[in-house]
Amino acid sequence: MNQNYSYNERIHTWGRIWMFCALLVIFTLPLTVSIMLGEWPEPANFLKGFAATAVIFWTVTTIEVFTFSPMLGNGGTYLGFVTGNITNLKVPAALNAMQTLDVKMGTDEGDVISTIAIAASSIITTLIIAGGALLLIPLTPVLESPFLKPAFDNIVPALFGALGVVYIAKSWKIAAAPIIFMAMLFLLLPLVIAPAAVPGLVGLFVPLGCIIAITSARILYKTGKI
Amino acid sequence: MEILTRWWMYAIAALVMAFVISQSLFFLIKASNRAMELGISRKDITKVITSSMIFSIAPSIAILLGLVTLAKSLGIIIPWIRLSVLGAVTYELPAAVNVVSGVFGLSMGDPVIIPQVLVTVLWVMTFGIIPPLIIVPLFLKKIQSGVVGIRRKDSKWGEHFMTAMFLGMISAFLGYVLAPKIQPGIEGYYISITAILTLITSAAVMVICGILVNKYKHEWLKSYAIPFSMIGSMLMAILYTFMGVR
Repeated sequence: MNQNYSYNERIHTWGRIWMFCALLVIFTLPLTVSIMLGEWPEPANFLKGFAATAVIFWTVTTIEVFTFSPMLGNGGTYLGFVTGNITNLKVPAALNAMQTLDVKMGTDEGDVISTIAIAASSIITTLIIAGGALLLIPLTPVLESPFLKPAFDNIVPALFGALGVVYIAKSWKIAAAPIIFMAMLFLLLPLVIAPAAVPGLVGLFVPLGCIIAITSARILYKTGKI
Repeated sequence: MEILTRWWMYAIAALVMAFVISQSLFFLIKASNRAMELGISRKDITKVITSSMIFSIAPSIAILLGLVTLAKSLGIIIPWIRLSVLGAVTYELPAAVNVVSGVFGLSMGDPVIIPQVLVTVLWVMTFGIIPPLIIVPLFLKKIQSGVVGIRRKDSKWGEHFMTAMFLGMISAFLGYVLAPKIQPGIEGYYISITAILTLITSAAVMVICGILVNKYKHEWLKSYAIPFSMIGSMLMAILYTFMGVR
């Protein structure tokens, strides 16, 4: 128990150090380009672009931290939020690994397996992006070919169909309410048409899905149905 | 713009790559050691690493598509750097569009040749993505102690709570698949039958893999069931489109 406490404590210390370094690393690019060009953003231009971006993405990324960190565990959260591509890659990779070894989210085993999966995923993604960048000219016709377009357009259903069926089959009673609610919401409410055009915005609806799922699970639990 | 291909731009890309790979290796080693202390075998750890790498190939190639789109305006190196650290393909493109088109009224398809546009894009992209770097170090401990508290108080409910969190996320993405889509150049919205069929195909392949693992004892398949389901259903999406399904 004491050893476990000390591992978790150390993960927080290491994670904070790495995140501070990441903060320095991400500013290297704009800072170097501005210095080398001798050009800095005009405040009005920056504020206009930043306001349009932050109003959506500060909200989405803040929500992502609070909803995904309990699933990813400590190590997975520190690593996943630095390496990026959380919803489309890191969370599914962590869940795939936990499902493969039959370990549960939120446990010590779940935490380390999620961290290992996210680390392995980050390495392969970094190498693929680097390889893709260096070979971009010959690769562009392949990546943009109309033949492959439907495959890349449908990566979200391909990913969540496989992940979803496992967990829905295991816990269909808990799954029913949020799935019915979200299906109705996305199909019927014109207000939510926007996320269809901007896939990143789907993150805004995740907490709503979580609240409905937790409420429904609580009711089922209290009434002895699960 | 000449600056986009200077040697020091490649040096920054190399620095970012080295940083991400070092951090990943650091956490991989620490977590693997801890996993062995918890009684997880080396064989299972290797299985997780292999399966996660294979699983990540298809989504990583999809990220490359974002790189192709961004490269038309920003050259190759900037999207490479941005998509390697903290970035997400769903974020970088809208952030760039907000500046290139929203602020300067230019087209995303044309190369950025004005220094003011370039530096504004870079600073907006960078500031737009920093919240996790602030929130995680400040609040993660509190969030996790809340989760631990729930499990400690009632372990059975704690388990249901975590399952519900995950199913809440799944439900949002399933809803997203059903959401009406926009097709460039065509007015109005349509529901993508291809997306729904891809979802069902992926789930069906996963069920078949499950039967092969559980009934016919093909244990090796367990690590690759999700990557197989993903790639199989993506290939079927090509077939559905070829058959005229929209």
